Amino acid sequence: MNKYNTLEKILIYSGILIFMTFILLPFVEMFYASLRPLDHLFRSPYQFYSDDLSFWAYREMWKTVPMLGRYIFNSFFLASSVAIITLIFVIPAAYSYARFKFPAKNTSLYILLAINMFSGAVLLIPLYKVLRTFGLLNSYQAMIVPGVAFLIPTSIWLLKSYFEKIPIDLEEAAFVDGASRVQILRHIIAPLSTPGLVVVGIYAFIGAYAQQFLFAITFNQKKEYMPIPSGLYEFIGYTTVKWNEMMAASLVGIAPVLIIFLFLQKYIVAGLTSGAVKN
Amino acid sequence: MKQKLKSYNSQTYLAYALIAPAALYIVLIVAWPLLETIRLSFTNSSLAGEDYVGFENYQKMLSSKKFNGIVTRTFVWMFFSVSLKLIIGLIGAVLLNANLKGRSIFRVLVMPPWVVPIAIGMLGWLWLYNGYFGIIAGVGMRTGILDGPFGFLAYKQSAFISTIIADVWVGTPMVTVFFLAAMQGVPRDLYEAAYCDGASRWDRFFKITLPQITPVIITMSLLSAIWTFNSFEIIWILTEGGPRGATTTLIIDTYKQALGNYKFGRGAARAVVVMILLTLFAGFYLALLARINKKISHE
Repeated sequence: MNKYNTLEKILIYSGILIFMTFILLPFVEMFYASLRPLDHLFRSPYQFYSDDLSFWAYREMWKTVPMLGRYIFNSFFLASSVAIITLIFVIPAAYSYARFKFPAKNTSLYILLAINMFSGAVLLIPLYKVLRTFGLLNSYQAMIVPGVAFLIPTSIWLLKSYFEKIPIDLEEAAFVDGASRVQILRHIIAPLSTPGLVVVGIYAFIGAYAQQFLFAITFNQKKEYMPIPSGLYEFIGYTTVKWNEMMAASLVGIAPVLIIFLFLQKYIVAGLTSGAVKN
Repeated sequence: MKQKLKSYNSQTYLAYALIAPAALYIVLIVAWPLLETIRLSFTNSSLAGEDYVGFENYQKMLSSKKFNGIVTRTFVWMFFSVSLKLIIGLIGAVLLNANLKGRSIFRVLVMPPWVVPIAIGMLGWLWLYNGYFGIIAGVGMRTGILDGPFGFLAYKQSAFISTIIADVWVGTPMVTVFFLAAMQGVPRDLYEAAYCDGASRWDRFFKITLPQITPVIITMSLLSAIWTFNSFEIIWILTEGGPRGATTTLIIDTYKQALGNYKFGRGAARAVVVMILLTLFAGFYLALLARINKKISHE
């Protein structure tokens, strides 16, 4: 029943082709533009063909955007900090939700989901005032503190489902045999939940990497703390934008995240969809 | 032994203690600011200070024609964006669910717009939409559809449509992936039985696949409605709400009032409207989720 005739195959593949063109066109065009000399880009109407493609822009971009290295470091530093801090808050909470029964458990879980729906944009005003009061504007913390808050809810849900997969009998047996809770955590929970922790950590990292724009443009004006997106947008307002170098810099900036994601996408997608697509 | 186990599994105070740090964090960074926003909406707060002004912000906002226009525009923008995400996502999922060579590669290739920082993806779209040098205008000019350069983000209507398309681009991958996961969860024997009864591929899709994944379709419609409503970066980067306000949605207007003009009070009043609408969406979503979960546990 899963056999397709030639006509069906042609139809499906052309459908996929159109769909994929829509999804990938911006990336393909970004990459193509990054390889072309600037004066080829500034021709109207658009030229489909350039004969002297080169990686020149990938060398030149470090001069045009003098702090590019710093921006890339910042993006990594911010995303890793957010991911680690998120895990520190989420691990105990997720374990508690997975193992204990207590009043208001389900209600609070649903409240977490609801919180997920308030984007940072609504809370910017009080957040701005809070950060200003504590003198945290224009610092790494200005981007880390709100970043963590918006990753906690989903991360708790994700990690909870990993903890739930560890058979409780294992813990109970160890407990009856006289192991302390700390020993159980170290010798049973920690090793068995490592894959889950990695997936949630990566999820938080990618999430933090992706959300670096709004908080960065609102709470930080200092160049030395800027992540890649807000750093690059400083150069977009200019009268002549060096598009080939901007594209090269963007692609270099997102390459690490894309590579991490491609390797782990199976686990991340399975984890994210399992909640919504039960049974 | 049973009693000992009971003591292991029912330590309420420990359970709360483990949750406390995360809960506290969220209260401080999300819940308290929400309440503070409500308070601010009754003041004329700015960088200079604040005074209580009662409902003045709300009165001004609700009686302004401009604001009513923004609310209508937000919903029209949302309607088109969400519908397109669902339709394209469903078609994409069907295509990628077909048992053909290369599908596992395509399934991975759908995801980049979802994973890559939105701001970086929008850099690509800015270039695509460029009226003189962009590929879309280029194809238009070469095929004669356009009779000269055309800045897609420079005119009211085309900017409105262009921002929708960019938003659909960002949102479609996730919808596709969820639909795909749901389709793979449909029990195979349903298809086999239908196949033996002579049902066509078409019939199998409309009579088995579609009803089976309806809960996921409904969930995803609400979730994408919420995310689309919250969409900020896409419009901000492409048009900053322009030209002449043509792409100013509620979120953009809130941001402009609060952090463009530093009129925190007026911005807060808009944020409260956003919050009320979001709470309605969230309520629908949670009620629906509870119902679906109940249904699943009954089966």
